[in-house]
Amino acid sequence: MDLIDIGITVGKVVIIFGALMGMVAYMTLFERRVIAFIQGRIGPNRVGFQGLLQPIADAVKLLFKEDVTPAGANKFLFAIAPMLSFIPTLLTIAVIPVAESSTIFGREVDWIISDINIGILFVLAVTAMEVYGIIIGGWASNSKYPLLGALRASAQMISYEVSLGLALVGLLMVTGTFSMTEIVAQQSSFLQWNIFKQPLGFLLFIIGAFAEVNRIPFDLPEAEAELVGGYNTEFSSMKFAMYFMGEYAAMISISAIMVTLYFGGWQGPILPSPIWFLLKVGAFLFTFVWVRGTLPRFRYDQLMRFGWLVLLPLALFNIFITGVIMVL
Amino acid sequence: MPDRFAGRLTALEMFGNYAYTGIWLLIGVGFVLVTFWFASLIRPQRPNPTKLENYECGEMPLSASYLQFNVKYYIFALIFVIFDVEVVFLFPWAVVYNSLGLFALIEMLVFLLILIFGLAYAWKKGALQWV
Repeated sequence: MDLIDIGITVGKVVIIFGALMGMVAYMTLFERRVIAFIQGRIGPNRVGFQGLLQPIADAVKLLFKEDVTPAGANKFLFAIAPMLSFIPTLLTIAVIPVAESSTIFGREVDWIISDINIGILFVLAVTAMEVYGIIIGGWASNSKYPLLGALRASAQMISYEVSLGLALVGLLMVTGTFSMTEIVAQQSSFLQWNIFKQPLGFLLFIIGAFAEVNRIPFDLPEAEAELVGGYNTEFSSMKFAMYFMGEYAAMISISAIMVTLYFGGWQGPILPSPIWFLLKVGAFLFTFVWVRGTLPRFRYDQLMRFGWLVLLPLALFNIFITGVIMVL
Repeated sequence: MPDRFAGRLTALEMFGNYAYTGIWLLIGVGFVLVTFWFASLIRPQRPNPTKLENYECGEMPLSASYLQFNVKYYIFALIFVIFDVEVVFLFPWAVVYNSLGLFALIEMLVFLLILIFGLAYAWKKGALQWV
């Protein structure tokens, strides 16, 4: 560990953090433009060329907004809840390999923040903590809509986390390792992608992923028609922005996880590896928006029934069938 | 020294990797705190009693905000704990499954069948019905 190593580490962290924040900012614009396109509108195109400065304008507006804490709220929890929803999401990015390892100043640089050998467990543990930001925020507001939204969110997230975990068990049986770098290394060619070994597992994982990040068709916690804004009704200014950044960062990180686990990570021919990684992640982000523009919202009892009586048995069946095929 | 530990990470390497996670966490916390601090410098702060009321679609808030909610939330939380522990038991089994073979599969099927029986019981009792 000398000066060059430290410099490389700092550079790595700055590049990945900057790329993530840039993606979070431009994801908002991307979503609005794509949704507008799907609905036959134009969308925000006035601020800068084709609306490219819109995210900056939004950020400046939110910075200048007054921060209102409701009179009966628990002030401490109300202040830390938005951070609790944003930081765990950020942590998951740390174990995702974003590019092929390269040589800089004669050092081998792995493009991953921390290459721990239990990457998948780390991701599961940290994504499970995202629910705290939501439930603490909803409870601390001392208001009815946020409380109901928070309860719905927690029940939904724990229900779909079970099938998410069970879907990953099938994947672990095939790969035999928890390490993200090794899983990427195993998928060196197109036909070795894990999606071909675990098609049902991937389907369960992507449904669980939509539910974990509270996106349509699973956006019951913030159902505008019944709960105003759900758990973030009372939040304003940067606290509101932090919830939104958390949601978009969660979408990006879960897309990156799906790319890493099922679609060969950064591997791909001709183009450089970071480009491949971004292209694959971008395809999933487009899918998130596309689904939002296409599907209506579930009813709450349908959501719970689907999670427990369809996804959970299917996930167990997936483990069973994977086990049988591997023994044969 | 026997080569029991050959091919494994040394303690330093392992904690080294977790240290990077720690640095990443610190950067995240720092980013959030700096953003909040900066916003608190430039934003207006003019509270008044009406502004600080809870949002209830413009009406005066009625009754306490910590209202009673459906007991079903607790039941789902309990079922979740059972199945989440099951997932935890499945992970180590899944990782070494390739070298265990048929016996491990049958063992795990017995374990899963007991839990599937539990799920069927909960279903029969109506614990999984929301309304």
